[in-house]
Amino acid sequence: MISQFFILSSKGDPLIYKDFRGDSGGRDVAELFYRKLTGLPGDESPVVMHHDDRHFIHIRHSGLYLVATTSENISPFSLLELLSRLATLLGDYCGSLSEGTISRNVALVYELLDEVLDYGYVQTTSMEMLRNFIQTEAVVSKPFSLFDLSSVGLIVALGAFQFGAETQQSKVAPSSAASRPILTSRSDQSQKNEVFLDVVERLSVLIASNGSLLKVDVQGEIRLKSFLPSGSEMRIGLTEEFCVGKSELRGYGPGIRVDEVSFHSSVLLEEFESHRILRLQPPQGELTVMRYQLSDDLPSPLPFRLFPSVQWDRGSGRLQVYLKLRCDLPPKSQALNVRLHLPLPRGVVSLSQELSGPEQKAELGEGALRWDLPRVQGGSQLSGLFQMDVPGLPGPPGQAPSTSAPLGLGPASLSFELPRHTCSGLQVRFLRLAFRPCGNANPHKWVRHLSHSDAYVIRI
Amino acid sequence: MPYLGSEDVVKELKKALCNPHVQADRLRYRNVIQRVIRMPKLDQWGQAEVLNFLLRYQPRSEEELFDILNLLDSFLKSSSPGVVMGATKLFLILAKKFPHVQTDVLVQVKGPLLAACSSESRELCFAALCHVRQILHSLPGHFSSHYKKFFCFYSEPHYIKLQKVEVLCELVNDENVQQVLEELRGYCTDVSADFAQAAIFAIGGIAKTYTDQCVQILTELLGLRQEHITTVVVQTFRDLVWLCPQCTEAVCQALPGCEENIQDSEGKQALIWLLGVHGERIPNAPYVLEDFVENVKSETFPAVKMELLTALLRLFLSRPAECQDMLGRLLHYCIEEEKDMAVRDRGLFYYRLLLAGIDEVKRILCSPKSDPSLGLLEDQAERPVNSWASDFNTLVPVYGKARWATISKYQRAERQGPELPNTASFATPGPLIPEESKETVQELPDSEALMLVPSCQLTAEYFEKTWFSLKVAHQQVFPWRGAVHPDTLQMALQVVNIQTIAMSRAGAHPWKAYLGAQDDTGCLFLTELLLEPESSEMQISVKQNEPRTETLNSFISVLETVLGTIGDIKS
Repeated sequence: MISQFFILSSKGDPLIYKDFRGDSGGRDVAELFYRKLTGLPGDESPVVMHHDDRHFIHIRHSGLYLVATTSENISPFSLLELLSRLATLLGDYCGSLSEGTISRNVALVYELLDEVLDYGYVQTTSMEMLRNFIQTEAVVSKPFSLFDLSSVGLIVALGAFQFGAETQQSKVAPSSAASRPILTSRSDQSQKNEVFLDVVERLSVLIASNGSLLKVDVQGEIRLKSFLPSGSEMRIGLTEEFCVGKSELRGYGPGIRVDEVSFHSSVLLEEFESHRILRLQPPQGELTVMRYQLSDDLPSPLPFRLFPSVQWDRGSGRLQVYLKLRCDLPPKSQALNVRLHLPLPRGVVSLSQELSGPEQKAELGEGALRWDLPRVQGGSQLSGLFQMDVPGLPGPPGQAPSTSAPLGLGPASLSFELPRHTCSGLQVRFLRLAFRPCGNANPHKWVRHLSHSDAYVIRI
Repeated sequence: MPYLGSEDVVKELKKALCNPHVQADRLRYRNVIQRVIRMPKLDQWGQAEVLNFLLRYQPRSEEELFDILNLLDSFLKSSSPGVVMGATKLFLILAKKFPHVQTDVLVQVKGPLLAACSSESRELCFAALCHVRQILHSLPGHFSSHYKKFFCFYSEPHYIKLQKVEVLCELVNDENVQQVLEELRGYCTDVSADFAQAAIFAIGGIAKTYTDQCVQILTELLGLRQEHITTVVVQTFRDLVWLCPQCTEAVCQALPGCEENIQDSEGKQALIWLLGVHGERIPNAPYVLEDFVENVKSETFPAVKMELLTALLRLFLSRPAECQDMLGRLLHYCIEEEKDMAVRDRGLFYYRLLLAGIDEVKRILCSPKSDPSLGLLEDQAERPVNSWASDFNTLVPVYGKARWATISKYQRAERQGPELPNTASFATPGPLIPEESKETVQELPDSEALMLVPSCQLTAEYFEKTWFSLKVAHQQVFPWRGAVHPDTLQMALQVVNIQTIAMSRAGAHPWKAYLGAQDDTGCLFLTELLLEPESSEMQISVKQNEPRTETLNSFISVLETVLGTIGDIKS
């Protein structure tokens, strides 16, 4: 049961404020919340805070604070889930969630809140129900253009036009294509029939200093954003060798194995056992169809290996770090926005660098070395030689240069994106729609595979 | 409930849960539950709500319990963490007499909890981590094989890292200790000083069980010569030496040299304490202390000066030749020049103690140097699942038990504060009394019209005179354990308009208190509370200036309620 709900911008300006029960002080709670948040001592968590008899629970979503207050000892899981669901809904209705879109669509947001919550109790969060009540149209800042090619993200469409015929047309849509509002029934039909399917994996890896793998963890999601009229049925075919659990065996070879899978409650699984096909009737908007986890054994080699060598001359305080980065992706794939972050001992003053390519960049900041590699092709090898002076770390004099790293150096962490690649190997074979749109327009289906790093840590 | 309030099934369930007759009819009840949970319109919010409703239900028999649990089993596999946690809580509470069922449920919920711990939403991750810690308190080995899931990532916010470090510290066992310690060591050199210090404290916590490995890591950290690390390491050493005397030797060898890197009060105190207590094993201890004595004038923290006095006196006992001169100088400074009264008094005290002879000093200062039993006591904190089952999936684990206690106490005071009537009208009938205090009221017998006057101001002399002139009207004993907290008691008595005339200090033997009160007819109640050191009973003697039994009885019951409440809080 929620007393109030409000949205603050990242700077603390209240954008939306709604009091559901009128049982607690006025609008200044928003300000109070922000003051508490910024003045919080380091060892306390900001997720749940309290003032008098009121608890503030918030999530941060794309730079905004979505805050609920309550005076009851309620379930934190449900409330946090509700807040993220609200964030998704607002994103669906306004196109994307940001300070700009919220402030342009204040009326819509209030209308939505009125329907979702009544006297602080959840009514419904399903798109299905809500579309009957929401009348306001979203205001979009600039006209949506499908072929805005300046955008970087890539969405590859599978054969879109006939059932079953997978004509591999390689059409490319900008990543911003999906960030437009779910249109209501009154808008024109031509833009409507699109569906976006993303297979997104987050990879977290820990590699020991001797190169052995300590931990691999893949969190995957299949996300669907549908602009199709509700009730249209679709079938998603996954790789047939997809196995769940340690023991199951399918097809030849190692197969694609995950440890745990959970599905959205609207997914029908009759064909999952036999053909790995998910059947569902998605409501309009965003939906996480499937979540899966995989840990410890990965079918494909890790995307990156790092071979560091460290020369550390205690006498003169000279530290030399040579980093060799090998990308083990297949030669056709590439990694984007690769950034290596290496914490350095305190007091590092100067840096001289020799990098293997001109587009790379390295700099010192916040006690760490940052090495940016905008694009790394699969199978390539890159290197960087960094020399630093560390005067503040006196050691016993007269020692020969040692290869052991000084304390405070490392571990290195990498962040990157791998478009068109999934670490688990899971692919969407096809996406079929079992419905004929009323107009002539064929539905566009966009499928995207993407992996990105959650934490890719290499000890030195 | 979402659009369900009108659904007949839900209405029926609500009715059923309130109605003992329906509950008694097992089949009918089961039917209701079954129909509700099969309702297709029941979305995740509805499910969470229904699970919350079902908490009110108490199954009569074992068979019935397992029947219900089987019905609800599918909720444990839901994809929404809120529903899974709600179901877990329900299972834990319903199966409170079957520990193995509870353990089974916690095993089942492991997967969803771990998934939430690595969820993309930081906030959800935090809530899940808090619940993991809660489970670990009862089942220490529960997550040990999944320790890698709790390694921190560089990009995570501070509050998640701190929780993860705590979890790591709690799930450590023989198999994973090496890897966990290696990971924690990496955190010790983190850019954020707070996080580094938390990691060092965590290593100190693990050191209670795996002493040698941890002391070695901590010693290596001293080699970094960074202030924020050294100070925490030395504090950890101090606590460790006290709990695990076997590591004293290793700690003493590591200490020399770290005085250069300590600037803050806490660190200095820890170092000085170590030098004083174990000075005979550290060759240069007197010289380090001498430096502190030299600079005592510029020392800003009185606590450091106090620690220095005690440490130097202790070291003087074991190494008199090296310390005599500077002890003299320090005492001279503390007595003649020091402005802080506590330090001055401490100096004078030690001076007089020395005058009494060296044997006397030894007798008083040479206390035990370690107390391993304290560590064992801390480890025994392992709590049964039932102690927190009702707090599961609420805000309590998220705040932490200790913080929640202060919050809820504050809230109760807040809520009660304005509602309490001016005169202590405990006997006013039902509706006027705020919801929260009902429990207290019910304990009271139906006392007719006792109205204690708030403005009654008895002077001590008047009390004394009256006390001796009256006879004891009523005497009884009241069960009591442990010591008394006079401030709490006094405050509690004030609420019911009983005035405290005089009271012994906390811990005094025997402990006594004199209380006075007056009701609206002018009748005086004078009371003596007496707590004998050995007995576990509080003796209450009440005197009254007008012999009226019924008001006397109600007065005594008010007094008993207050004492009972205070006793409860304490235990």
